[in-house]
Amino acid sequence: MIRLNDLKISYRLGTRTIDAVDGVTLTIPDNCVVGIAGESGSGKSTLMKAIYGDIQSPMYLSRGSIDYGLKGADGSPVTAENVRKEWFKTISYIPQSSMNSLNPVIRIREQFIDFPGTDSNKKRVLERARDYIGKLGLPAEAMDSYPHQLSGGMRQRMMIALATFFQPELIIADEPTTALDVVVQKDILMLLMELQEKMGNTILVVSHDMGVHYQVTHKMLIMYAGRVVEYGDTDSVFADPQHPYTKMLIDSLPTIGDDSMRGVMASQAGAGGDRAYRVEPNLIEVKPGHFVAQPARQKEEVLA
Amino acid sequence: MTLILKTENLNKVYRLGGFMRAKPIQALNEVNITVESDKPVVIAVVGESGSGKTTLAKTLLRLEAPTSGRVIVYDDVVAGPGAIPSRKSFLGLVQPIFQNPFEAFSRYRPVDIYLEETARRVAGMDGEAAEVAVADALKSVGLDYDQVRGKYTAQFSGGELQRISVARALIPNPKLIVADEPVSMIDASRRMIIINLFKRLRDEAGRSFVYITHDLATAYYISDFVAVMNKGRVVEFGPARQVMSDPQHDYTRLLLSSIPTTTSRWRERPRRVANG
Repeated sequence: MIRLNDLKISYRLGTRTIDAVDGVTLTIPDNCVVGIAGESGSGKSTLMKAIYGDIQSPMYLSRGSIDYGLKGADGSPVTAENVRKEWFKTISYIPQSSMNSLNPVIRIREQFIDFPGTDSNKKRVLERARDYIGKLGLPAEAMDSYPHQLSGGMRQRMMIALATFFQPELIIADEPTTALDVVVQKDILMLLMELQEKMGNTILVVSHDMGVHYQVTHKMLIMYAGRVVEYGDTDSVFADPQHPYTKMLIDSLPTIGDDSMRGVMASQAGAGGDRAYRVEPNLIEVKPGHFVAQPARQKEEVLA
Repeated sequence: MTLILKTENLNKVYRLGGFMRAKPIQALNEVNITVESDKPVVIAVVGESGSGKTTLAKTLLRLEAPTSGRVIVYDDVVAGPGAIPSRKSFLGLVQPIFQNPFEAFSRYRPVDIYLEETARRVAGMDGEAAEVAVADALKSVGLDYDQVRGKYTAQFSGGELQRISVARALIPNPKLIVADEPVSMIDASRRMIIINLFKRLRDEAGRSFVYITHDLATAYYISDFVAVMNKGRVVEFGPARQVMSDPQHDYTRLLLSSIPTTTSRWRERPRRVANG
């Protein structure tokens, strides 16, 4: 179980500071897929970087702490100080535009044995890796290729293979399928779901696409302006969204077969995109396990 | 009935690789689309990466010459044998909107310069008339000239900048606007602003659109006709609702079943967490 305690993460820009994440308190349970949604600039990627332990200037932690509640490879608990040593082993990261994150000038197999602290017997690791990528639907020859020789979907699979090879307890996937088309996207998402069910670990998925969230996640976290707007079980959030921003996100995209939006022109969606919301840092529990930023409800009642 | 868009046996072959061992890639393979309608329409072209949809857009925009075949837009041949020779009159008929507005405009020039230049060079206006045309075009996309004047791309959000590129495309009064993935670089929550803008321009300003996308949901929402492309061929073409609610080709069905919807799941997601 990962606990975020009143996390505030800022960026130093010259003499100014920008609070990208502002007062986030959360508990992420084990063995589940948590989806994080919100628009660009809402602090999603910053929060993910902080959980990954990749806090580098100009980004800094100005308040709060993270309790990982995870055991590292050597059995000692993971803390914010030693989290870097656990990268790929206990915590791994599938970065945004991960298709371009493979080293272009060395073969894939060299990237597999490139981790610090990998089993010293490289031959054995490679054998296991070849076997593993086969299970992920990649040909064994892909190991001997350079990244540019693989298609986008294959590169994405390879990144997932790298990120899951050591069966980490926590995987952070930042927009894992944005650059892919729908057919390949479905394959990749199905693969992620299958792996998660097998490993029983926690995956945090950042995505713009509410459809992707509905398909893969157990819990949803909606962010806006650096704060948590809503957090709860995916079914509950989609069936009964509490905050107007969440509602707008869910309603904003048309669905095939749903003609209601065709006729009336989704004016709400258009207007909603430009509307600004005020989000307070305190969350209230409206239903068991379903939290929403405080004033939203009252405000909405006033509006209605 | 007006002929809005017609492609006749359109083929485009790219050659990849070395001079002697060049490998031909058939990006467009006998593409035949005919759209006739009394009213302006939105024609969606959908398909995976590499299906040829961008090549089709480039051919419609004369950025690539077809290997054979021709394109007719509102009774004028715009590509292939017999195409209207003048670039200026072509740009007065067909205008582009590109995927990434941050790349479409230079970072080092104020964006309103592009609008003014389009008014002067393509629409042939001078001084005051150009100024008025730019202001009108910006107004029709919901922006004020003063909000835009003298500003650089970095000072706008993706959605605003894409609205400016729509405004730029409107200045020469084109009949057809070819939009290649116009919303894929924009936040999901703001995409509908652009999509609804297209809809309004079709209904109120009488523009037709070719909307190239891999997002079938917005294609369904906005388009009157849809062409599904796979490996350079148009595998299915027809009225949008008919194609998407009753797809005939296996590939169309595969595409439709791959969309992540918020109504039904691909697979069960067992909740193994007792309390979270």
